[in-house]
Amino acid sequence: MLIFEHSRPGRVNYSQSPLTAASTSNIPKNLQRKTPPLLPEVSEMDTVRHYTRLSQKNFSIDTEFYPLGSCTMKYNPRACNSLAMLPQFTARHPLAPENTGQGYLACMYELQEILKEVTGMAGVSLTPMAGAQGELIGVMMIRAYHESRGDYARNEIIVPDAAHGTNPATAVMCGFKVVEIATDKEGNVDMAALEAAVSPKTAGLMLTNPSTLGVFEKNVSEMSRMVHQAGGLLYYDGANLNAVLGKVKPGDMGFDVIHINLHKTFSTPHGGGGPGSAPVGVAERLLPFIPVPIVAHENGTYRWITEKEKPQSIGRLSAHMGNAGVLLRAYIYVRLLGMEGMHRVAEFATLNANYLMAELRKAGFEIAYPTRRASHEFIVTLRDIKDKTGVTAMNLAKRLLDKGYHAPTTYFPMLVPECLLIEPAETESKETLDAFVVAMKEILTEIQEQPDMVKGAPHEMPLRKLDDVKAARELDLSWKPKS
Amino acid sequence: MPFIPHTKEDIAEMLASIGASTIEELFDEIPKDLISGELTGVPPGLSEMEISRLMMERANADGLFQNFIGAGAYEHHIPAAVWQITTRGEFYSSYTPYQAEASQGTLQLLYEYQTMMASLTGMDVSNASMYDGATALAEAALMAVRSHKSSRRILIPKTVHPVYRKVVRAIVSNQKIDVVELPFCEESGQVLPESLDEFYKEDFAALVIPQPNFFGVLEQVDELTDWAHSKNALAIGVVNPTALALLTPPGEWGSKGADIAVGEGQPLGIPLSSGGPYFGFMACKTNLLRQIPGRIIGRTHDLDNKPGFVLTLQAREQHIRRSKATSNICTNQGLMVTAATIYMALLGPEGLRRVAAQSHANTLNLVEKLEKINGVKRTFSGPIFHEAALTLPTSAKEVLLKLKEKGVLAGLNLQEYYPDIGNTLLVCATETKTAADLQNYADLLAESLS
Repeated sequence: MLIFEHSRPGRVNYSQSPLTAASTSNIPKNLQRKTPPLLPEVSEMDTVRHYTRLSQKNFSIDTEFYPLGSCTMKYNPRACNSLAMLPQFTARHPLAPENTGQGYLACMYELQEILKEVTGMAGVSLTPMAGAQGELIGVMMIRAYHESRGDYARNEIIVPDAAHGTNPATAVMCGFKVVEIATDKEGNVDMAALEAAVSPKTAGLMLTNPSTLGVFEKNVSEMSRMVHQAGGLLYYDGANLNAVLGKVKPGDMGFDVIHINLHKTFSTPHGGGGPGSAPVGVAERLLPFIPVPIVAHENGTYRWITEKEKPQSIGRLSAHMGNAGVLLRAYIYVRLLGMEGMHRVAEFATLNANYLMAELRKAGFEIAYPTRRASHEFIVTLRDIKDKTGVTAMNLAKRLLDKGYHAPTTYFPMLVPECLLIEPAETESKETLDAFVVAMKEILTEIQEQPDMVKGAPHEMPLRKLDDVKAARELDLSWKPKS
Repeated sequence: MPFIPHTKEDIAEMLASIGASTIEELFDEIPKDLISGELTGVPPGLSEMEISRLMMERANADGLFQNFIGAGAYEHHIPAAVWQITTRGEFYSSYTPYQAEASQGTLQLLYEYQTMMASLTGMDVSNASMYDGATALAEAALMAVRSHKSSRRILIPKTVHPVYRKVVRAIVSNQKIDVVELPFCEESGQVLPESLDEFYKEDFAALVIPQPNFFGVLEQVDELTDWAHSKNALAIGVVNPTALALLTPPGEWGSKGADIAVGEGQPLGIPLSSGGPYFGFMACKTNLLRQIPGRIIGRTHDLDNKPGFVLTLQAREQHIRRSKATSNICTNQGLMVTAATIYMALLGPEGLRRVAAQSHANTLNLVEKLEKINGVKRTFSGPIFHEAALTLPTSAKEVLLKLKEKGVLAGLNLQEYYPDIGNTLLVCATETKTAADLQNYADLLAESLS
């Protein structure tokens, strides 16, 4: 039932709005609304019930194991939320003077410094509001760098075919042409393809390492040398930073610019699809172009650095300083982890992934890159199963929902057929992983014994398989009252 | 080890299963020279008790003020239920609803949000959110250019939020789109529709129309919309969602209605929080549906004909379309939209209307009190919603400093954004302010100017 179907004309929550309706006679009549908006008229209790019930229809990290590859669904500590929501933090206006926000700015400054340390970059800006915006800002800086040198011929960005869709979409949004390069049999970037792709037109290479195939690009130093020699810059997509946090610094791998998904590696909530936050880090030569504002610390006080001091900055990409409250949650998380905890992240994310990969292989699943170590994630492919039984990766994913597990990422990366990208994250216990393996084994048996049942999954969820085709063909994007 | 549950026995058993002797060995594919040493710049870890102490100290250092600053972010009462429900783990810690059957809560909520937002803006369809108001406007500009095909110019009046204009410029200039800024009438604080023809030298893809504008002044939206349409361009409304409870929605501006409506969703139940996370909303007419960026939820049914919700029209998006997508946006501001939807449901049409009307009345009341002070007068003559520019007899910067010492953040110094505007303060009094608060402000301002 929709909230609108609970609505009754004339029902008002008097405790939630001013007691009287103030006059609006000073607003010219022709600018005033003629009919009220279609908002529901429901009691406070019915609203609370409705949305509480809706929440119960979601899988979440707090309720289920959520091994969604490339998304790093780790535990979101509750303290990060409750402390970021202290009234002084939530009430602070973004344009309030700096001296009314020294506590908040101290947290932001320290977060900038900690992110510089763990990534090995020379400067960090906290403004990007999501991974894709971090990418946009990073590629804008690459462009600004070349243009500042009078180098206008570089109009190509190289992207591996295994990359997230945001990489090529970002390059195009920045006005670049995308040159896609292939992956070799071992899951590395094909070095011959890269060599053929680099040219005086190369503005940069966007790379995720470990890659979305769940393996470390062993040749990253050589790739860096090749791209730099051609005059291009190296972009690090930090989507998989969790795999190497505290182990390898992107700066040491030769990257000139990076983004860090705080909603992955630094445990800020995914919130049903956002808000994210993706600070960018830059090497020395890109420092002049970094987006503002940035926080400076001088003589014991914190203040904003704006475009006045950064005349070459690519400018502002949000109305204030990005997703401030998300940054606060990430700050609290890094302080809880500390230096030791930070090293542990990659170690245990990697241990969990390799253990789960080993156990699933023993259970009879085909691993896409069997000769490689898993990073913090790995790929299972159902290509043989599909050939023999017709059961697809999506069918298995839906059957996992029946067993109380969120599905892994399906059909990404696109170059592995019938793939499941599985990322357990470091916060899961061995018992949880073992129980997941049991569920996967059960499904394997079901695939052999009753493939049609698996194809019809899910069966135990409140809804069965939903019709995507109908949704796209007969568009119903908002509720209309019955007339 | 914080948040890592492994016992020694677990580690030993897991390594044995893998066939490795140490955790270190799992990193043996990484070239040795890339392995970093200790992270000496990261302080030692804190317990939850210790970090709580630290954060409370910092929060207390920031303090709490009476806030009269608006300028794009507005303080409104937020019902307790909004964030108690929004931070339930099932909303807070879930991911993008790609697995529809396990995400019906988020999906249905977003469908309800789309319905509310489409109606509030008077548009046909709403997407499921953008990052913030500024980036939503930039995306609207890109949409307009894609749909117009021949022109790569966008007209933006200087009455649009100054930072929005910067953000738009930063984003659209990557695609060689020109942003042309239009002046406003210094007397009324509005864009004058009759003055526009002198700026019409060549075709443009869209005219941006703020309502209310950055000065809190209401624009003549009907004439502006019709003018844009008469030049074969789109009209993009940048609107305050609270104001829409009272004001004509963009979809009904002029004879045909604006084509795209965007804005900052923060006033709908999102705390100020130093500037984020907020959310941008975006809605449009049906003919632009294929050009809209971001996620959209559709209603459909399952195998048993039960109604349900899914992400739809995904062929516009980067994870399917890659380099040919309408935008690179992936993650949006889902949790903020959750809060906004619950807020709108709790307020309802009458509640939101009262919030808007009371904010309007409080600001008028405050302005009336302040205008009685010697040398203080309204900067612009145009009608206002819930914000007003005031010309002061002395530097706005100094006034702000003095009132801050008394616990009042008295507004925004407009000179920081409009250097030629003189000693001008932008003030906003929402429904959160009482008659006593308004009087206190007036008394303090009078005192500081005497």
